Amino acid sequence: MKLKTHAEEAAEFIKDDARTHWHDDTLWHVRSNRDRSAQGIPEWETLRDTASATKDYVLSHIDELLEQFEANAKANGVEVLWAKDGKEHNQHVYRILQENKVKNIVKSKSILTEECGLNHYLEKKGYDVVDTDLGERIIQFAKQTPSHIVLPAIHLKKQDIGDIFHNHIGTKAGASDPNYLTEAARQHLRKKFVQANAAITGVNFGIAETGGFVVCTNEGNADMGTHLADVHIACMGIEKLIPRAADLGVFLRLLARSATGQSITNYSSHFHRPAEGKKLYIILVDNGRTDQLGREDFKNSLKCIRCGACMNTCPIYRRSGGHSYNYTVPGPIGSILSPGRDLKKYSSLPFASTLCGSCSDVCPVKINIHEQLYKWRQVIAENTDMDRSKKLSMKVAGMTFGKPVLYDLAGKVARTALKITPKSLVYSSINVWGRHRDLPEVPKESFKEWYKKNRKQ
Amino acid sequence: MRVGLFIPCYVDQFYPGAAQATLELLEKYGVDVIYPLSQTCCGQPMANSGYESYGKDSADLFMKNFGEFEYIVAPSGSCTLHVKDHVLPKTEGSPKIFELCEFLTDILKVDQVHASFPYRVGFHSSCHGLRGLRLAKCSERMDPEFNKPLSLLNMVSNIQMVELDRKDECCGFGGTFAIAEEAISVTMGKDRIADHQRNGVEVLTGADMSCLMHMQGLLKRQKSPIKVMHIAEILNGNEVVGSTEI
Ligand code: SF4
Repeated sequence: MKLKTHAEEAAEFIKDDARTHWHDDTLWHVRSNRDRSAQGIPEWETLRDTASATKDYVLSHIDELLEQFEANAKANGVEVLWAKDGKEHNQHVYRILQENKVKNIVKSKSILTEECGLNHYLEKKGYDVVDTDLGERIIQFAKQTPSHIVLPAIHLKKQDIGDIFHNHIGTKAGASDPNYLTEAARQHLRKKFVQANAAITGVNFGIAETGGFVVCTNEGNADMGTHLADVHIACMGIEKLIPRAADLGVFLRLLARSATGQSITNYSSHFHRPAEGKKLYIILVDNGRTDQLGREDFKNSLKCIRCGACMNTCPIYRRSGGHSYNYTVPGPIGSILSPGRDLKKYSSLPFASTLCGSCSDVCPVKINIHEQLYKWRQVIAENTDMDRSKKLSMKVAGMTFGKPVLYDLAGKVARTALKITPKSLVYSSINVWGRHRDLPEVPKESFKEWYKKNRKQ
Repeated sequence: MRVGLFIPCYVDQFYPGAAQATLELLEKYGVDVIYPLSQTCCGQPMANSGYESYGKDSADLFMKNFGEFEYIVAPSGSCTLHVKDHVLPKTEGSPKIFELCEFLTDILKVDQVHASFPYRVGFHSSCHGLRGLRLAKCSERMDPEFNKPLSLLNMVSNIQMVELDRKDECCGFGGTFAIAEEAISVTMGKDRIADHQRNGVEVLTGADMSCLMHMQGLLKRQKSPIKVMHIAEILNGNEVVGSTEI
């Protein structure tokens, strides 16, 4: 499928200058909260090193750890299922729902189910899936996808949400008071929680040593769902493992601070075994993860704990919005995960960066995001016929720079041409640089020319 | 001390003043500066576009010119980083490359700057120098504070360094990014210069001429009185260039 490039999507988003700056300021505010919160922890960089090393260990021992996790979970009375891809994952969920005669489903935020297209799949089978995270519910009403992994509706303003709620849950027209709207959503969701027979959640951390897992939410919606419903289905990417319960503290401290600046997520719910008379399932999903694990240069991307900090810090994400990436996980981390899924479809994403490196320095598990962006660019240039004219110009540039005589001449020609060409031509629409920026003034001689005259050889 | 001077291609062609200031500054500190005449470009534009392979000839040429030096110095963080990360590791020989400011602070251990610059100055912390070469502590990391270029600017007499609201955000240049993602690039650049404007900057400076070229292009289009100078020009005691309404 031919997607619009990131640049095209971004240009579209940015047309609304006020909204772009509002989006940028909102996310910068989150990033500032994160800074303040991290500054309060003298051992911050040590925590990052520890988390990164722990995840390195996980990635290099994933087979053993998964087996250990499965065995311990089973011993706890959990039914463990494996899914090689999104389709198999969705089929498992469907079968569980059928077997348990489930009618109503509540779901707490899970990027993995989004990745697998679960809502869409279940809706086609006649199920009503209710997302219970407030932001997710908003975009579910609006028939959109999340634009951020932690703040799924961050692209919408209060007024937009007022309109959406007015249309779907009958709030007053034109209402934009957050308290009023949140209360309305709460009442609406309460009904859904009470009716639900099954709760689907994601997994933030699966603990190999115990077979238990942790789900982090700020609204407590995972707890509400799982406590009320008889069936709990936990969907977990295989990379979400950590070895021991003792490792958890490091990750929980990093996760909330990196995500929003909170010292801890409001609810870190620990699950080990099904309650009396209830059922608990875990689906372990691969969906391209082992392929990524096999790519030496890119496997580090699997350390991600989905805190969203790289999005909040990315000056490009902040100004182009999550939808401009056209991938479930947008922003810098999405740009290094997506080419592994489909190199052609996502070929513009590794270029949606200035390689400023802010993402790598903010990342709590120290993923070398910007270096991977650079490496994906090399892979893309080699394996796709992305942009013929760019390829040609790079080839010509490469040849010119390889030969000093040619370079000196080309430089002189270019400077002379710039000097004698009429302004209207220099600033024509084909000169992308010059649409909004002046070109540098042309000096009378290059440094090299000056040097030859003024310094003895 | 003998040092090979690397002047990146666009500085050579469009900003010879920054290159001259670099040369003069190094000479003032007693460095024996050699400028190999057959140098061109480090290959970064090709590499960052995904065509590292097309940069092979310029990388080879670079090594031919600079391979025998102990130190190479360049007035550009991003070109220095490219050479350090992608050119030197692939070749034999042992030159070390330094961006100008880090060479002054770390190798020459400069503790005096003989220049006066009575203006309100905004410093643009270019990303490749900042987070690639670690010329300063970036705001994302929780390490002890340090800032090599600023420590030099603070030695200039009468200078007034201005604090920015977002002290180390990217300006959106990014080489071919400036063309390929024009809309975002221009918006980012405008946001950066707005920060300087809000804080009353008279002269905008930095250690990477490419970011400065991008912001200068935007400032000029807006007919802004803010002047743009490479840090070498300020440290070398150069006058503010152009008509000064300031
Ligand atoms: S890549 Fe790092 S910063 Fe980005 S979401 Fe993942 S853990 Fe957070």
